[in-house]
Amino acid sequence: MKILVCIKQILDPEVPARDFKVNSEKREAERGSANLVPDVFCENALETALQFRERGGDVKISVVSFGPKTAEDTLYKAIAMKADSATLILNDGNANPDSLTIARVLAAAARKMGGFDVVMVGREAGDWGAGQIGGLLAEELGAACISFADRLESVGDKLRINRQTDWGTETFEAQTPLVLTVSNDEHNLPRIPKVRDTMMARRTPLTTWKIEDLGIDAAEARAGSGYYEVTDLFIPKKETHCEFAPGSSLDEKVDAFAKQIAELAGGL
Amino acid sequence: MNNIVICLFAMGGFDKAAQGLCGAGRRLANETGGKLSAIILGAGADPVAAEVARIADSVLVVDQAEMAEYQPETCLNVLTELCRSLEPRAVLFSNETYSQEIVPRLAHRLGGSAVGDGIELRAQGDKLSVVRQVYGAKANAVFELKRTPAVCWVRGRSFEPSEPREASGEISRPALTVQADTRSRIVERKSEDSGQVRLEDARIIVGGGRGIGGHELFVQQLQPLAEILGAQMAATRAACDSGWVPATWQVGLTGKKVAPELYIAIGLSGSSQHMAGVSDSKAIVGINTDSEAPIFNHCRYGIVGDFRQVVPLLREKLLALRK
Repeated sequence: MKILVCIKQILDPEVPARDFKVNSEKREAERGSANLVPDVFCENALETALQFRERGGDVKISVVSFGPKTAEDTLYKAIAMKADSATLILNDGNANPDSLTIARVLAAAARKMGGFDVVMVGREAGDWGAGQIGGLLAEELGAACISFADRLESVGDKLRINRQTDWGTETFEAQTPLVLTVSNDEHNLPRIPKVRDTMMARRTPLTTWKIEDLGIDAAEARAGSGYYEVTDLFIPKKETHCEFAPGSSLDEKVDAFAKQIAELAGGL
Repeated sequence: MNNIVICLFAMGGFDKAAQGLCGAGRRLANETGGKLSAIILGAGADPVAAEVARIADSVLVVDQAEMAEYQPETCLNVLTELCRSLEPRAVLFSNETYSQEIVPRLAHRLGGSAVGDGIELRAQGDKLSVVRQVYGAKANAVFELKRTPAVCWVRGRSFEPSEPREASGEISRPALTVQADTRSRIVERKSEDSGQVRLEDARIIVGGGRGIGGHELFVQQLQPLAEILGAQMAATRAACDSGWVPATWQVGLTGKKVAPELYIAIGLSGSSQHMAGVSDSKAIVGINTDSEAPIFNHCRYGIVGDFRQVVPLLREKLLALRK
């Protein structure tokens, strides 16, 4: 079975709000001192694929990323986590291409690499969070799509997929080709690669393709705004003043706090 | 074409999210000068259809055999066929799981543009834009949708409902060729274990995060506090991913969106992603050892202290106040 996992490198989403700034003209976040990291839902997807492979069967896991050269770090990490191969599709166009552009590029890459049974993506990226790549990829590839999955297993000749909903979980039986979007669960936290594997990964050759290598409209892919366009990016002002419970002892403070809660709760 | 279509799943009932979606659709149709049609999907559609028909201009009920219980591939086929015939300017959904997964795929099939998690809709001439949170809810972005139809899911509860009319619009069941798709099927559903109020409808919520430190302390400290207040329990992604509490307790950008009268945030830092799920609360109060914790930027009232000391005292005092 051949699995392709798509991974995006993003600005660290754990940067606290007080350190976060945007460039309104460029309509992107300021890099500041933030690190570039693999998106965590993408890593949940890779982890889910790795666990599927560990359950048995002949499973090959390829990883692909559509991004700037820095995305190579994300691919090396995936290799360190024991993905079998990694490909970078160099994005030298719009740094924030729309979801359809990304899906078309990834679909073209998947077709060029050939023969995938399952393509897995994170449910959404921690930067723009559009949450569309999985669904659009499925349409581009003519595959069924299961969203918010957290577990994949083979049962007989079928695939069984567990996924999360607002009210519980659902189990699917599905045929390939299949696209999964993956969500977080206590069981698919991404493994931390061994130091040795991280070092060895850097020696693994990565395949690098240009947009032209994919056989799609390169100009359109570089423009990346025919589906939607971000026309404004801003940080909304928040005006909340926090009053801290007064008192010289814990007892006094909690006393004040309790009274506030009782009032805000509209009586007990 | 300026017509607007809204799609609702009957299983949710005519809840606050459905009411908000109807309000959003009604106002958008008024702005574009088109008609508002509603599609109600799934078994038990009639009561929802009756309510929606007093806001929309017409209602289509789709609840026959293959559509009684949701199957994504089949539902997508049916909605594609319906929307192709309705030729809308925009198709709107609320934020339930099924809507989120359908929207991008429906947009693709209709040659339109999708966007999700909208908190504001803007119609300017023939342009349609949607405002949504980005960068882990640290910023807002305006997305102009380039292709027609615009297919969007919105945070239903964030929109004002519309005043229902006296007169009901037409309710009909369109004749459809339901193309069931068996490539992928839901074979089992498990509901979360609670006969309690849904988190989305809870009046008071007690939320815990990484600072709680484990399952036991959620159970021993936070749950008794919630019981005294008649509150529901919630948690951050970190607490859920650590396996301390059920995944269905997760509130945040990719978790549930709640809007209680009161949210009590305990041992959680107040990350933007978590606060995205909580920001519609009427009042937020917090307990945290760190006076600089971001949570206090969202609180009306707070106490700096260790919850292991604060919460037992708090329970005592609340019980005393109750008498």
